[in-house]
Amino acid sequence: MTETEVFNVLSQIPDPEIPVISIKDLGILQGVKIENNQVFIDITPTYSGCPAMKLVEDLIHESLAGKGFDSVQVISKLTPVWTTDWLSDDAKRRLEEFGIAPPEKTSPNKSWLSAEGPKIIRCPLCKSENTIMVSQFGSTACKAHYKCADCLEPFDYFKCI
Amino acid sequence: MDLKEALREFCVRQGDDAVVLSHRVTEWCGHGPILEEDIALSNIGLDLLGQCQSLLNYAGQIKGNGRTADDYVYRRPENLFKNCLLVEQENGNYANTIARHFFYDVYHFYLLEGMQDSKDEFLRGFAQKSIKEVAYHIRHSSNWVLRFGDGTEESHAKIQEAVDFIWRYTGEMFENDEIHRTLAEAGIIPDYETLKSKWDAKVNEILAEATLIRPDQTFMATGGRTGIHSEKLGFLLSEMQYLVRAYPDAKWD
Repeated sequence: MTETEVFNVLSQIPDPEIPVISIKDLGILQGVKIENNQVFIDITPTYSGCPAMKLVEDLIHESLAGKGFDSVQVISKLTPVWTTDWLSDDAKRRLEEFGIAPPEKTSPNKSWLSAEGPKIIRCPLCKSENTIMVSQFGSTACKAHYKCADCLEPFDYFKCI
Repeated sequence: MDLKEALREFCVRQGDDAVVLSHRVTEWCGHGPILEEDIALSNIGLDLLGQCQSLLNYAGQIKGNGRTADDYVYRRPENLFKNCLLVEQENGNYANTIARHFFYDVYHFYLLEGMQDSKDEFLRGFAQKSIKEVAYHIRHSSNWVLRFGDGTEESHAKIQEAVDFIWRYTGEMFENDEIHRTLAEAGIIPDYETLKSKWDAKVNEILAEATLIRPDQTFMATGGRTGIHSEKLGFLLSEMQYLVRAYPDAKWD
């Protein structure tokens, strides 16, 4: 298998928390290198403490088992620093269909302290823009908790970082 | 002082701050005053745990003795922990928890901000990543300081009392010893006096907005950075390290 072929195989692995997008869509999968029949795979965590990283590593090992490599090494790197800017428009659309409001266009980069300006988050269910933030912390590290003031449904918002 | 040794010790200090504070805030898990806060604190604890893992793994790499974050966290007695005394203080009521968090978050944020252009490649990337997370922590704790301080008579009294109590543990964060000076001179971490003035400015701003009085107490407790802790750390570690000590060969299956 070539590096591109391995990359394509790994691109099929769904994110453990959000199965509608892959680890490639999310930007966790960073690169593949093959040297002397050994594979080195770079991944990066979304958040420092993301508990899904171990599972992602296991899934990578699983999908490359029996492919004839002498060893598979998964290397977790902090840089380039993960950002929601890496999500493609297609991935954002699938997030919304899944019931998670996708992150806004670009991450705030001026001052992290005052980054949280007023913003409009669209309800992924009824598409109303009349929504309220319940908490900046949601069901996983990467999500905030919102509520729609029109259809009254609670929903997750994929935080923009 | 040897730069490598200073760097390793600094990573242990910061890693220990993170894991001890992480353990403290997750003690609220299942006991939070409201569900959203329960979740918020667990999320914050998780961020800190991830940061601790990066820092202590790096400390092991610097030393080159094959020690991992798990070894550091589970296999050291309390006198080898180098966290500041602030983070090991007990949760108390919610105002106590928030006051402790607030003072640490402001320090943590400006420390990371100053490390974003560190001469050390790992710390630079680490800071660039972690600051995004800590920005959420500081917004969370300062919002609660404002709500409590500028809230009801009771909430105001409780947060003022909490601020007054925890204040004596804030000085230690800025102690400028040989380790910090060596690293600051090498452009690896920011200068601690600048850090302190940024902290003062932000803390003054939030306390004033929250109608709280900045304590004028000058006595500051010290010892954590050299391994001399308050009695509270031992209890915390005995819980955190219980499984690994009772079943040294335990493995996830």
